[in-house]
Amino acid sequence: MKNNVIAGRAFVAALFAVSGALTSPAHADDSVSIELTLKGHAFTPAEPTAPAGKPLTITLTNMDPTPAEFESKKLKFEKIVPAGGKITVNVRPLETGRYKFDDDYREDTTVGYVVVQ
Amino acid sequence: MLGALIIVFREIIEAGLIVGIVLAVTRGVKGSRWMAAAGVCAGLLGAGLVAAFAGAITSALAGVGQEVMNASILMLAVCMLAWHNIWMASHGRELAAQARKLGEDVRSGARTLTALGIVIAVAVMREGSEVALFLYGLVVSTATTGSDLLVGAALGLVAGGAVAALTYFGLVAIPQRRLFQVTGWLITLVAAGLASQAVSFLQQAGLVKALDQTAWDTSTILSDTSLFGRVLRTLIGYSDQPSVLQVVVYAVTLALIVTASKLAAPKFVKAGAPARA
Repeated sequence: MKNNVIAGRAFVAALFAVSGALTSPAHADDSVSIELTLKGHAFTPAEPTAPAGKPLTITLTNMDPTPAEFESKKLKFEKIVPAGGKITVNVRPLETGRYKFDDDYREDTTVGYVVVQ
Repeated sequence: MLGALIIVFREIIEAGLIVGIVLAVTRGVKGSRWMAAAGVCAGLLGAGLVAAFAGAITSALAGVGQEVMNASILMLAVCMLAWHNIWMASHGRELAAQARKLGEDVRSGARTLTALGIVIAVAVMREGSEVALFLYGLVVSTATTGSDLLVGAALGLVAGGAVAALTYFGLVAIPQRRLFQVTGWLITLVAAGLASQAVSFLQQAGLVKALDQTAWDTSTILSDTSLFGRVLRTLIGYSDQPSVLQVVVYAVTLALIVTASKLAAPKFVKAGAPARA
Protein backbone atom coordinates (compact mmCIF):
# COMPACT_ATOMS: atom_id res chain seq x y z
CA MET A 1 0.00 0.00 0.00
CA LYS A 2 2.82 2.38 0.91
CA ASN A 3 4.64 1.58 -2.31
CA ASN A 4 1.42 2.26 -4.14
CA VAL A 5 1.02 5.72 -2.64
CA ILE A 6 4.66 6.63 -3.24
CA ALA A 7 4.51 5.42 -6.83
CA GLY A 8 1.29 7.37 -7.38
CA ARG A 9 2.77 10.56 -5.95
CA ALA A 10 5.94 10.14 -7.98
CA PHE A 11 3.84 9.72 -11.11
CA VAL A 12 1.81 12.89 -10.51
CA ALA A 13 4.91 14.87 -9.52
CA ALA A 14 6.68 13.77 -12.69
CA LEU A 15 3.69 14.76 -14.81
CA PHE A 16 3.66 18.24 -13.34
CA ALA A 17 7.42 18.56 -13.72
CA VAL A 18 7.21 17.64 -17.41
CA SER A 19 4.24 19.89 -18.14
CA GLY A 20 5.78 22.77 -16.22
CA ALA A 21 9.06 22.49 -18.08
CA LEU A 22 7.35 22.52 -21.46
CA THR A 23 4.82 25.27 -20.89
CA SER A 24 6.01 28.69 -21.95
CA PRO A 25 4.01 31.91 -22.27
CA ALA A 26 2.50 32.34 -25.72
CA HIS A 27 4.38 34.80 -27.88
CA ALA A 28 2.42 35.46 -31.03
CA ASP A 29 4.30 38.65 -31.86
CA ASP A 30 6.21 37.37 -34.87
CA SER A 31 3.29 35.42 -36.32
CA VAL A 32 1.44 36.17 -39.57
CA SER A 33 -2.31 36.65 -39.29
CA ILE A 34 -4.83 35.07 -41.65
CA GLU A 35 -8.48 36.12 -41.46
CA LEU A 36 -11.11 33.69 -42.73
CA THR A 37 -14.89 33.77 -42.74
CA LEU A 38 -17.32 30.89 -43.09
CA LYS A 39 -20.60 31.74 -44.80
CA GLY A 40 -23.03 29.51 -46.64
CA HIS A 41 -20.69 26.65 -45.65
CA ALA A 42 -17.85 28.09 -47.74
CA PHE A 43 -14.53 29.59 -46.62
CA THR A 44 -13.52 33.09 -47.76
CA PRO A 45 -10.81 33.31 -48.89
CA ALA A 46 -10.77 29.64 -49.84
CA GLU A 47 -7.04 29.69 -50.58
CA PRO A 48 -5.27 32.22 -48.36
CA THR A 49 -1.53 32.62 -48.93
CA ALA A 50 1.14 32.75 -46.24
CA PRO A 51 4.93 33.12 -46.14
CA ALA A 52 7.06 30.05 -45.40
CA GLY A 53 8.95 29.72 -42.16
CA LYS A 54 6.71 31.93 -40.03
CA PRO A 55 4.17 30.90 -37.42
CA LEU A 56 0.58 31.63 -38.44
CA THR A 57 -2.41 32.85 -36.48
CA ILE A 58 -5.61 31.90 -38.28
CA THR A 59 -8.83 33.60 -37.22
CA LEU A 60 -12.13 32.18 -38.44
CA THR A 61 -15.45 33.98 -38.12
CA ASN A 62 -18.51 31.78 -38.54
CA MET A 63 -21.33 33.77 -40.17
CA ASP A 64 -23.56 30.68 -40.46
CA PRO A 65 -26.36 29.81 -38.02
CA THR A 66 -24.81 26.34 -37.56
CA PRO A 67 -21.72 25.33 -35.58
CA ALA A 68 -18.68 24.07 -37.49
CA GLU A 69 -15.55 22.16 -36.55
CA PHE A 70 -12.54 23.92 -38.05
CA GLU A 71 -10.01 21.19 -38.65
CA SER A 72 -6.79 20.50 -40.47
CA LYS A 73 -4.73 17.36 -40.18
CA LYS A 74 -1.68 18.91 -41.85
CA LEU A 75 -1.84 22.14 -39.85
CA LYS A 76 -2.70 20.22 -36.67
CA PHE A 77 -5.76 21.89 -35.29
CA GLU A 78 -9.36 20.97 -34.57
CA LYS A 79 -11.64 23.50 -32.96
CA ILE A 80 -15.37 24.02 -32.62
CA VAL A 81 -16.64 27.30 -34.06
CA PRO A 82 -20.05 28.13 -32.56
CA ALA A 83 -22.73 29.62 -34.78
CA GLY A 84 -21.82 33.29 -35.20
CA GLY A 85 -18.61 32.67 -33.24
CA LYS A 86 -15.00 33.60 -33.85
CA ILE A 87 -11.98 31.43 -33.08
CA THR A 88 -8.22 31.60 -33.41
CA VAL A 89 -5.75 28.79 -33.95
CA ASN A 90 -1.96 28.88 -33.91
CA VAL A 91 0.04 27.12 -36.59
CA ARG A 92 3.75 26.29 -36.46
CA PRO A 93 6.12 27.67 -39.17
CA LEU A 94 5.53 25.82 -42.43
CA GLU A 95 7.45 24.82 -45.53
CA THR A 96 6.10 25.79 -48.96
CA GLY A 97 3.08 23.80 -50.06
CA ARG A 98 -0.70 23.54 -49.96
CA TYR A 99 -2.25 22.66 -46.62
CA LYS A 100 -5.87 21.55 -46.59
CA PHE A 101 -8.38 22.63 -43.94
CA ASP A 102 -12.11 21.93 -43.67
CA ASP A 103 -15.29 21.99 -41.63
CA ASP A 104 -15.16 18.48 -40.23
CA TYR A 105 -18.95 18.32 -40.24
CA ARG A 106 -18.92 18.89 -44.01
CA GLU A 107 -15.45 17.69 -44.88
CA ASP A 108 -16.23 16.86 -48.51
CA THR A 109 -17.72 20.21 -49.50
CA THR A 110 -16.50 22.87 -47.07
CA VAL A 111 -12.75 22.92 -47.69
CA GLY A 112 -9.94 25.39 -48.23
CA TYR A 113 -6.15 25.47 -48.54
CA VAL A 114 -3.44 27.56 -46.96
CA VAL A 115 -0.96 28.19 -49.76
CA VAL A 116 2.50 28.66 -48.28
CA GLN A 117 5.02 30.37 -50.59
CA MET B 1 -28.59 9.68 -44.04
CA LEU B 2 -25.35 7.81 -44.64
CA GLY B 3 -23.36 11.01 -44.13
CA ALA B 4 -24.93 11.65 -40.73
CA LEU B 5 -24.46 8.01 -39.75
CA ILE B 6 -20.78 8.12 -40.64
CA ILE B 7 -20.11 11.41 -38.86
CA VAL B 8 -21.85 10.37 -35.65
CA PHE B 9 -20.30 6.91 -35.73
CA ARG B 10 -16.76 8.12 -36.26
CA GLU B 11 -17.09 10.68 -33.45
CA ILE B 12 -18.16 8.06 -30.95
CA ILE B 13 -15.85 5.18 -31.89
CA GLU B 14 -13.36 6.31 -29.25
CA ALA B 15 -16.00 6.51 -26.53
CA GLY B 16 -17.35 3.10 -27.59
CA LEU B 17 -13.94 1.46 -27.37
CA ILE B 18 -13.19 2.97 -23.97
CA VAL B 19 -16.56 1.97 -22.52
CA GLY B 20 -15.99 -1.58 -23.82
CA ILE B 21 -12.52 -1.78 -22.27
CA VAL B 22 -13.67 -0.45 -18.89
CA LEU B 23 -16.63 -2.87 -18.80
CA ALA B 24 -14.25 -5.76 -19.51
CA VAL B 25 -11.76 -4.63 -16.86
CA THR B 26 -14.46 -4.34 -14.21
CA ARG B 27 -16.49 -7.39 -15.17
CA GLY B 28 -17.89 -9.07 -12.08
CA VAL B 29 -17.03 -6.17 -9.78
CA LYS B 30 -19.98 -5.25 -7.62
CA GLY B 31 -21.49 -1.98 -8.78
CA SER B 32 -19.41 -1.79 -11.96
CA ARG B 33 -22.45 -1.66 -14.22
CA TRP B 34 -23.89 1.21 -12.21
CA MET B 35 -20.57 2.96 -12.35
CA ALA B 36 -20.43 2.57 -16.13
CA ALA B 37 -24.01 3.80 -16.50
CA ALA B 38 -23.32 6.75 -14.20
CA GLY B 39 -20.18 7.53 -16.20
CA VAL B 40 -22.13 7.52 -19.48
CA CYS B 41 -24.90 9.70 -17.98
CA ALA B 42 -22.43 12.18 -16.50
CA GLY B 43 -20.63 12.22 -19.85
CA LEU B 44 -23.85 12.91 -21.77
CA LEU B 45 -24.79 15.66 -19.33
CA GLY B 46 -21.31 17.14 -19.67
CA ALA B 47 -21.51 16.88 -23.47
CA GLY B 48 -24.82 18.75 -23.44
CA LEU B 49 -23.37 21.47 -21.24
CA VAL B 50 -20.22 21.79 -23.34
CA ALA B 51 -22.32 22.04 -26.51
CA ALA B 52 -24.74 24.54 -24.94
CA PHE B 53 -21.93 26.74 -23.67
CA ALA B 54 -19.65 26.24 -26.67
CA GLY B 55 -19.58 29.99 -27.26
CA ALA B 56 -18.57 30.85 -23.70
CA ILE B 57 -15.96 28.07 -23.55
CA THR B 58 -14.49 29.16 -26.89
CA SER B 59 -13.96 32.75 -25.81
CA ALA B 60 -12.76 31.81 -22.30
CA LEU B 61 -9.08 32.18 -21.33
CA ALA B 62 -8.31 34.64 -24.13
CA GLY B 63 -9.68 32.31 -26.78
CA VAL B 64 -7.96 29.08 -25.80
CA GLY B 65 -10.73 27.80 -23.49
CA GLN B 66 -11.56 24.85 -25.74
CA GLU B 67 -7.97 23.69 -25.95
CA VAL B 68 -7.27 24.07 -22.22
CA MET B 69 -10.52 22.28 -21.34
CA ASN B 70 -9.79 19.41 -23.75
CA ALA B 71 -6.19 19.08 -22.57
CA SER B 72 -7.28 19.16 -18.90
CA ILE B 73 -9.97 16.51 -19.14
CA LEU B 74 -7.67 14.31 -21.23
CA MET B 75 -4.97 14.57 -18.58
CA LEU B 76 -7.58 13.79 -15.92
CA ALA B 77 -8.40 10.60 -17.82
CA VAL B 78 -4.68 9.80 -18.12
CA CYS B 79 -4.22 10.16 -14.33
CA MET B 80 -7.29 8.00 -13.61
CA LEU B 81 -6.06 5.25 -15.96
CA ALA B 82 -2.56 5.42 -14.49
CA TRP B 83 -3.93 5.23 -10.96
CA HIS B 84 -6.05 2.22 -11.88
CA ASN B 85 -3.06 0.39 -13.33
CA ILE B 86 -0.81 1.22 -10.38
CA TRP B 87 -3.49 0.11 -7.94
CA MET B 88 -4.05 -3.11 -9.84
CA ALA B 89 -0.30 -3.78 -9.85
CA SER B 90 -0.07 -3.36 -6.10
CA HIS B 91 -3.18 -5.34 -5.21
CA GLY B 92 -4.21 -7.55 -8.10
CA ARG B 93 -1.23 -9.85 -7.95
CA GLU B 94 -1.34 -10.08 -4.18
CA LEU B 95 -5.00 -11.04 -4.20
CA ALA B 96 -4.43 -13.50 -7.01
CA ALA B 97 -1.70 -15.15 -4.97
CA GLN B 98 -3.95 -15.53 -1.95
CA ALA B 99 -6.85 -16.97 -3.82
CA ARG B 100 -6.74 -17.74 -7.48
CA LYS B 101 -10.41 -17.26 -7.82
CA LEU B 102 -12.16 -15.20 -10.40
CA GLY B 103 -14.21 -13.38 -7.80
CA GLU B 104 -11.26 -12.22 -5.72
CA ASP B 105 -9.32 -11.31 -8.79
CA VAL B 106 -11.86 -8.96 -10.26
CA ARG B 107 -13.03 -7.56 -6.94
CA SER B 108 -9.61 -6.01 -6.61
CA GLY B 109 -10.70 -3.54 -9.23
CA ALA B 110 -13.50 -2.21 -7.04
CA ARG B 111 -11.42 0.55 -5.45
CA THR B 112 -10.72 2.19 -8.75
CA LEU B 113 -14.30 2.02 -10.02
CA THR B 114 -14.76 5.75 -9.57
CA ALA B 115 -11.59 6.44 -11.52
CA LEU B 116 -12.80 4.29 -14.39
CA GLY B 117 -16.25 5.91 -14.20
CA ILE B 118 -14.55 9.27 -14.67
CA VAL B 119 -12.65 7.88 -17.67
CA ILE B 120 -15.95 6.82 -19.29
CA ALA B 121 -17.52 10.20 -18.51
CA VAL B 122 -14.58 12.03 -20.10
CA ALA B 123 -14.67 9.87 -23.24
CA VAL B 124 -18.44 10.29 -23.67
CA MET B 125 -18.28 14.01 -22.93
CA ARG B 126 -15.53 14.78 -25.43
CA GLU B 127 -17.06 12.92 -28.34
CA GLY B 128 -20.65 13.58 -27.28
CA SER B 129 -20.31 17.36 -27.35
CA GLU B 130 -19.16 17.23 -30.98
CA VAL B 131 -22.06 14.96 -31.90
CA ALA B 132 -24.47 17.27 -30.05
CA LEU B 133 -23.21 20.30 -31.97
CA PHE B 134 -23.40 18.41 -35.26
CA LEU B 135 -26.98 17.35 -34.54
CA TYR B 136 -27.84 20.89 -33.43
CA GLY B 137 -26.55 22.07 -36.80
CA LEU B 138 -28.83 19.57 -38.50
CA VAL B 139 -31.85 20.68 -36.52
CA VAL B 140 -31.18 24.38 -37.16
CA SER B 141 -30.97 23.79 -40.89
CA THR B 142 -34.02 21.53 -41.08
CA ALA B 143 -35.21 23.51 -44.08
CA THR B 144 -32.57 21.85 -46.18
CA THR B 145 -32.15 18.53 -44.38
CA GLY B 146 -34.70 15.76 -43.98
CA SER B 147 -35.53 13.72 -40.92
CA ASP B 148 -33.61 10.83 -42.47
CA LEU B 149 -30.48 12.67 -41.33
CA LEU B 150 -31.63 12.25 -37.75
CA VAL B 151 -32.35 8.59 -38.46
CA GLY B 152 -28.81 8.31 -39.77
CA ALA B 153 -27.48 9.96 -36.62
CA ALA B 154 -29.49 7.53 -34.45
CA LEU B 155 -28.07 4.60 -36.41
CA GLY B 156 -24.61 6.05 -35.86
CA LEU B 157 -25.23 6.03 -32.11
CA VAL B 158 -26.36 2.40 -32.30
CA ALA B 159 -23.21 1.53 -34.25
CA GLY B 160 -21.14 3.21 -31.52
CA GLY B 161 -22.88 1.02 -28.94
CA ALA B 162 -22.02 -1.99 -31.09
CA VAL B 163 -18.33 -1.01 -30.95
CA ALA B 164 -18.54 -0.98 -27.15
CA ALA B 165 -20.20 -4.42 -27.17
CA LEU B 166 -17.67 -5.88 -29.64
CA THR B 167 -14.75 -4.56 -27.59
CA TYR B 168 -16.22 -5.97 -24.40
CA PHE B 169 -16.96 -9.42 -25.77
CA GLY B 170 -13.63 -9.52 -27.59
CA LEU B 171 -11.78 -8.82 -24.35
CA VAL B 172 -13.77 -11.09 -22.04
CA ALA B 173 -13.16 -13.96 -24.48
CA ILE B 174 -9.52 -13.78 -23.36
CA PRO B 175 -8.78 -16.38 -20.64
CA GLN B 176 -9.13 -14.83 -17.16
CA ARG B 177 -5.48 -15.27 -16.20
CA ARG B 178 -4.38 -13.35 -19.28
CA LEU B 179 -7.16 -10.75 -19.27
CA PHE B 180 -5.60 -8.39 -16.71
CA GLN B 181 -2.23 -8.59 -18.39
CA VAL B 182 -3.84 -7.61 -21.70
CA THR B 183 -6.08 -4.88 -20.27
CA GLY B 184 -3.19 -3.58 -18.15
CA TRP B 185 -1.13 -2.98 -21.28
CA LEU B 186 -4.15 -1.73 -23.19
CA ILE B 187 -4.95 0.84 -20.51
CA THR B 188 -1.30 1.96 -20.41
CA LEU B 189 -1.26 2.46 -24.19
CA VAL B 190 -4.66 4.23 -24.15
CA ALA B 191 -3.38 6.56 -21.42
CA ALA B 192 -0.18 7.35 -23.34
CA GLY B 193 -2.24 8.08 -26.46
CA LEU B 194 -4.58 10.41 -24.55
CA ALA B 195 -1.58 12.24 -23.05
CA SER B 196 -0.20 12.82 -26.53
CA GLN B 197 -3.61 14.11 -27.69
CA ALA B 198 -3.67 16.50 -24.72
CA VAL B 199 -0.29 17.85 -25.83
CA SER B 200 -1.56 18.48 -29.36
CA PHE B 201 -4.30 20.71 -27.89
CA LEU B 202 -1.73 22.69 -25.89
CA GLN B 203 0.37 23.08 -29.04
CA GLN B 204 -2.68 24.19 -31.02
CA ALA B 205 -3.43 26.80 -28.34
CA GLY B 206 0.14 28.08 -28.64
CA LEU B 207 0.70 27.40 -24.92
CA VAL B 208 3.46 24.93 -25.74
CA LYS B 209 5.89 25.77 -28.51
CA ALA B 210 8.66 23.22 -28.04
CA LEU B 211 9.29 20.34 -30.45
CA ASP B 212 6.43 21.20 -32.80
CA GLN B 213 8.03 19.59 -35.89
CA THR B 214 6.19 16.67 -37.46
CA ALA B 215 7.89 13.46 -36.33
CA TRP B 216 6.63 11.34 -39.23
CA ASP B 217 3.91 11.33 -41.86
CA THR B 218 2.25 7.98 -42.44
CA SER B 219 -1.05 9.47 -43.60
CA THR B 220 -0.69 7.87 -47.03
CA ILE B 221 -0.17 4.43 -45.47
CA LEU B 222 -2.80 4.61 -42.74
CA SER B 223 -4.77 7.79 -42.10
CA ASP B 224 -5.76 8.21 -38.47
CA THR B 225 -9.13 9.51 -39.64
CA SER B 226 -9.94 6.22 -41.39
CA LEU B 227 -12.01 3.68 -39.48
CA PHE B 228 -9.07 1.40 -38.67
CA GLY B 229 -6.86 4.43 -38.01
CA ARG B 230 -9.34 5.78 -35.48
CA VAL B 231 -9.52 2.45 -33.68
CA LEU B 232 -5.72 2.32 -33.48
CA ARG B 233 -5.64 5.96 -32.38
CA THR B 234 -7.74 5.11 -29.35
CA LEU B 235 -6.21 1.72 -28.53
CA ILE B 236 -2.50 2.49 -28.94
CA GLY B 237 -2.47 6.26 -29.52
CA TYR B 238 -1.66 5.99 -33.24
CA SER B 239 -1.23 9.32 -35.02
CA ASP B 240 -0.29 9.69 -38.68
CA GLN B 241 1.37 13.11 -38.26
CA PRO B 242 2.39 13.54 -34.63
CA SER B 243 4.63 16.35 -33.46
CA VAL B 244 7.97 15.38 -31.91
CA LEU B 245 6.66 16.53 -28.53
CA GLN B 246 3.63 14.23 -28.84
CA VAL B 247 5.95 11.28 -29.41
CA VAL B 248 8.10 12.29 -26.43
CA VAL B 249 5.09 12.68 -24.12
CA TYR B 250 3.70 9.35 -25.32
CA ALA B 251 6.96 7.59 -24.48
CA VAL B 252 7.35 9.38 -21.13
CA THR B 253 3.77 8.56 -20.06
CA LEU B 254 4.26 4.93 -21.05
CA ALA B 255 7.53 4.71 -19.11
CA LEU B 256 6.07 6.46 -16.05
CA ILE B 257 3.05 4.17 -15.78
CA VAL B 258 5.10 1.00 -16.33
CA THR B 259 7.75 2.10 -13.80
CA ALA B 260 5.22 3.23 -11.20
CA SER B 261 3.33 -0.07 -11.54
CA LYS B 262 6.58 -2.01 -11.11
CA LEU B 263 7.45 0.01 -7.98
CA ALA B 264 3.97 -0.49 -6.58
CA ALA B 265 3.94 -4.24 -7.16
CA PRO B 266 4.30 -6.16 -3.89
CA LYS B 267 7.47 -8.21 -3.37
CA PHE B 268 7.14 -11.93 -2.76
CA VAL B 269 9.20 -13.71 -0.07
CA LYS B 270 8.75 -17.07 -1.75
CA ALA B 271 6.67 -18.35 -4.58
CA GLY B 272 2.97 -18.00 -3.86
CA ALA B 273 3.27 -16.27 -0.47
CA PRO B 274 2.67 -12.52 -0.33
CA ALA B 275 5.28 -10.70 1.79
CA ARG B 276 3.24 -7.73 2.94
CA ALA B 277 0.41 -5.57 1.83
